[in-house]
Amino acid sequence: MANTPDYSWPPMETRQVMGQNVKRLDGPQKSAGRAKYSSDFTRKDLLFAAYQTSPYAHARVTSVDTTPAERMPGVKAVHVVSPAGTEVQWEGTEIAAVAAVTEEIAQEAAHNIKVEYEVLPHLVREDDLTKAGSRAKAAGEKVVGDPDQAFQQAEVVSDGHYGIPVVTHCCLESHGQVTEWRGDHVNVWPSTQDVTRYAGTLAPNLKVPTANIDVEMNYVGGGFGSKFAPDAWGEVCARLSQKAGGAPVKLFLDRTTEQLIAGNRPSAFAKIKLGGKKDGTITAWQSESWSTGGIAGGGSPPLPYIIADIPNQRQHHSAVSVNCGPARAWRAPNNQQASYLTCCAIEDFAAKATLDPLEVFRTNINLYAPQARRATYTWQLDKAAELAEWKKLWKPRGQAQSGSVKRGLGIGFNAWAGMGHNSQCRATIHSDGSVQIEIGTQDLGTGTRTVIAQVAAETFGLPVSAVGLTIGSNQLPPDSASGGSTTVGGVSASTRKATVNALAKLYEVAAPALGVDPSQLEARGGKIQVKGGGKSLTWAEACRKIGGGAISETGANDSRNPGGLIAAGASGIQIADVSVDVETGVVKVNRYVAVQDCGLIVNPRLAESQVYGAIIMGISTALYEQRVMDEQTGRMLNPNMEFYKLAGIADIGDIVVHMDIRPENDKRGITGLGEPPAIAICAAIGNAVANAIGVRVPRIPMTPEHVLDALDGRAV
Amino acid sequence: MKSKKDSEVPARPPSGFSRRGFIGVGIGSGALGAGLLERPAAAEPAGAAVVGPQAVPVTLNINGKPVNLTLEPRVTLLDALRNYIGLTGAKKACDRGVCGSCTVMLSGKTVYACAVLAIDAQGKEIQTIEGLAAPGELHPVSAAFWNHDAQQCGYCTPGFVMAATGFLKENPSPTEADVRHGLGGNFCRCGTYMGIRKAVLEAAETMKKGRPSNG
Repeated sequence: MANTPDYSWPPMETRQVMGQNVKRLDGPQKSAGRAKYSSDFTRKDLLFAAYQTSPYAHARVTSVDTTPAERMPGVKAVHVVSPAGTEVQWEGTEIAAVAAVTEEIAQEAAHNIKVEYEVLPHLVREDDLTKAGSRAKAAGEKVVGDPDQAFQQAEVVSDGHYGIPVVTHCCLESHGQVTEWRGDHVNVWPSTQDVTRYAGTLAPNLKVPTANIDVEMNYVGGGFGSKFAPDAWGEVCARLSQKAGGAPVKLFLDRTTEQLIAGNRPSAFAKIKLGGKKDGTITAWQSESWSTGGIAGGGSPPLPYIIADIPNQRQHHSAVSVNCGPARAWRAPNNQQASYLTCCAIEDFAAKATLDPLEVFRTNINLYAPQARRATYTWQLDKAAELAEWKKLWKPRGQAQSGSVKRGLGIGFNAWAGMGHNSQCRATIHSDGSVQIEIGTQDLGTGTRTVIAQVAAETFGLPVSAVGLTIGSNQLPPDSASGGSTTVGGVSASTRKATVNALAKLYEVAAPALGVDPSQLEARGGKIQVKGGGKSLTWAEACRKIGGGAISETGANDSRNPGGLIAAGASGIQIADVSVDVETGVVKVNRYVAVQDCGLIVNPRLAESQVYGAIIMGISTALYEQRVMDEQTGRMLNPNMEFYKLAGIADIGDIVVHMDIRPENDKRGITGLGEPPAIAICAAIGNAVANAIGVRVPRIPMTPEHVLDALDGRAV
Repeated sequence: MKSKKDSEVPARPPSGFSRRGFIGVGIGSGALGAGLLERPAAAEPAGAAVVGPQAVPVTLNINGKPVNLTLEPRVTLLDALRNYIGLTGAKKACDRGVCGSCTVMLSGKTVYACAVLAIDAQGKEIQTIEGLAAPGELHPVSAAFWNHDAQQCGYCTPGFVMAATGFLKENPSPTEADVRHGLGGNFCRCGTYMGIRKAVLEAAETMKKGRPSNG
């Protein structure tokens, strides 16, 4: 090809399919219960697997006797994961696994395995740093400017302490897979966020070439950052299959194990001091923070969040190692914690200075580290304030209505990079006019299928219904993990390039019949036509010119060289409007406003769904969710869904989403949306509660216990 | 029946997996507020026949057709549907009668299939989401869920659709406040409640217009 084809997006005003509220392509399958998840796998020879796990947070396995399981009729394979001598570092560690002809037999057999332990000392709570002892590792002091002098000169100094606990991903489809290992070939049907690279990660553990592992997944029942790798159970499941003679084995974690070992978000706690001027300008930051992500410590919120250009700063952070299941990525890792800690400190500073926090967020806009986004934040603060009726409803802290139910408003902000991951797409145009798009990606429920089809339809000038689409297999052109809000960018760019390339070939075969140079053609409204009107062929007529074969072209998105189709940087402002009953401590969300940009939006309906979902998940974490650890026994007290509380349909108030689809955002290109709107909810709700009741409730979740403790001066 | 079986078969050790005791005591009292438990089963008289622990013949009437199975009495209705019959529309998430992902209809009432034993579902009409509409067709509730994007990963969706269908049977003209209250027995992790509220209201309208006899 002589010239690089023009891959750029059609101008906003001329787009036919992109930008439309196309209904979710897999909606009919899902809402009719006919979508097949990997955990729905059924086959006559399917075996069911179950684990026995450690009841201890820290122990040494001294013996494992599998004979009671092996003797049971129906048991086909037993695999010891943690043999005698293994040091167990958290409750729920897998000790042994069983595969049997029924799920019931597998569970009973796993239960019957006799395991003995030497119990060792543990630490499972990190909320009180003074009790962490040597388990806390200081990261060292970080100083910017001259914080001592800045605090001395400050006209207003506020301080507070804040905490956000470990929460679990609690995907409704637990982690797991079905695996069939016959001879030198392995078939896996996993529940994963990374179909393409699953095999490559599993291969070295099985000592099977990656090329011999076929991975297929049509639907995944939630991931949220916790389902990237095949995990230990990926290998265990394969070994059970091999030991059972190659029968497919289904190993999905039960809910308890899921809650214990399959993903959680690191905690973050901090004492924060802010200094500044009476007009609200922040000049100094001091924080002592700590967090845990499990045995390896971890969890390091980027402080101060967004207002990173405070000229004088002193920070201490400690990572605490606890004997609990390891943390995993969770929508916007560390950002939610950082947003909560920072926005709470800003709100407390505003209250101390007797200023409107909206003004303080605005006054300090020149401290926002995503400099390019400062104008966007200013616009979004105004828009969010307007939608939340801030001017009318906001009252200075603690000056809410008389009576026992107090209303308050609070702000939170978010920032995320997004961009697009590496992705390859193959677009095939058949001579009968049918179109096939193939990408080895996955649709987590974000609408990836729909977005790909819209991009392809846009390029070809066809309706979405004319686009055939295949995803969810590692036999397809490789894609990447769905994480970090990079999928929509990656698949949109690769699909655009592949379809533009294929269309160029179609122009070549159609041009002679139209008597013009291929460069003079365009695809619009189901036709291949001479630009600006004039002669045309229908899509079907043009495709017939392909003759016997088919046009099949590829396109790739290279995340290092995105070429203008995608962009980094999304931002948002959110405002919570809550009511707090100061007699019962119950917090209710009245209304929640989110103003969010994410560049060019392919499908506004699906984008809004992402934002709604992020906010609802955030309300759930702000009001209800926490992993409750018992220091006496070392065990999690709520590894289930009875006492690990999720928000229900009545608990979320009304949510107002405003997608910031201004032309200046659109022209930047596509940016992902999974993480950014999920960041600021604890911050906005925490601030709204403080605004309502006049005192800071330091610890998320805003349960009646935490609220009443704060009101009575008992808060930690 | 005081049968010979009782003396031949040793009692299951207390540490074994006995759902009957768990369901009767733990779940039965804990989750009734959601209104989704099958009350007749929970109130079953004490003198019922003792069967098992070995597999016994079981006949389930599913979506209008009898299905003959041989099941251990401890098998839940959910596991019977998913593992023994291949009806996987009902999902397993909490497996303890909390989240509603496994909601099906039993004698016209919504129940958590994970909190009902298959043997106790005998003699009753079991309707699963697969029985709501023929393949390729959408029940008005399913269609409304699609119209309002009341789904993301979709794992909770079949349970919600069944719960909404049962709810609309008893509340054919609900307000949004009714929907918020009536569907409190199901959880969604992706956060699709805004769409579900709208979907259930739309489905109520559609069903009133399209199926007057159901009103």
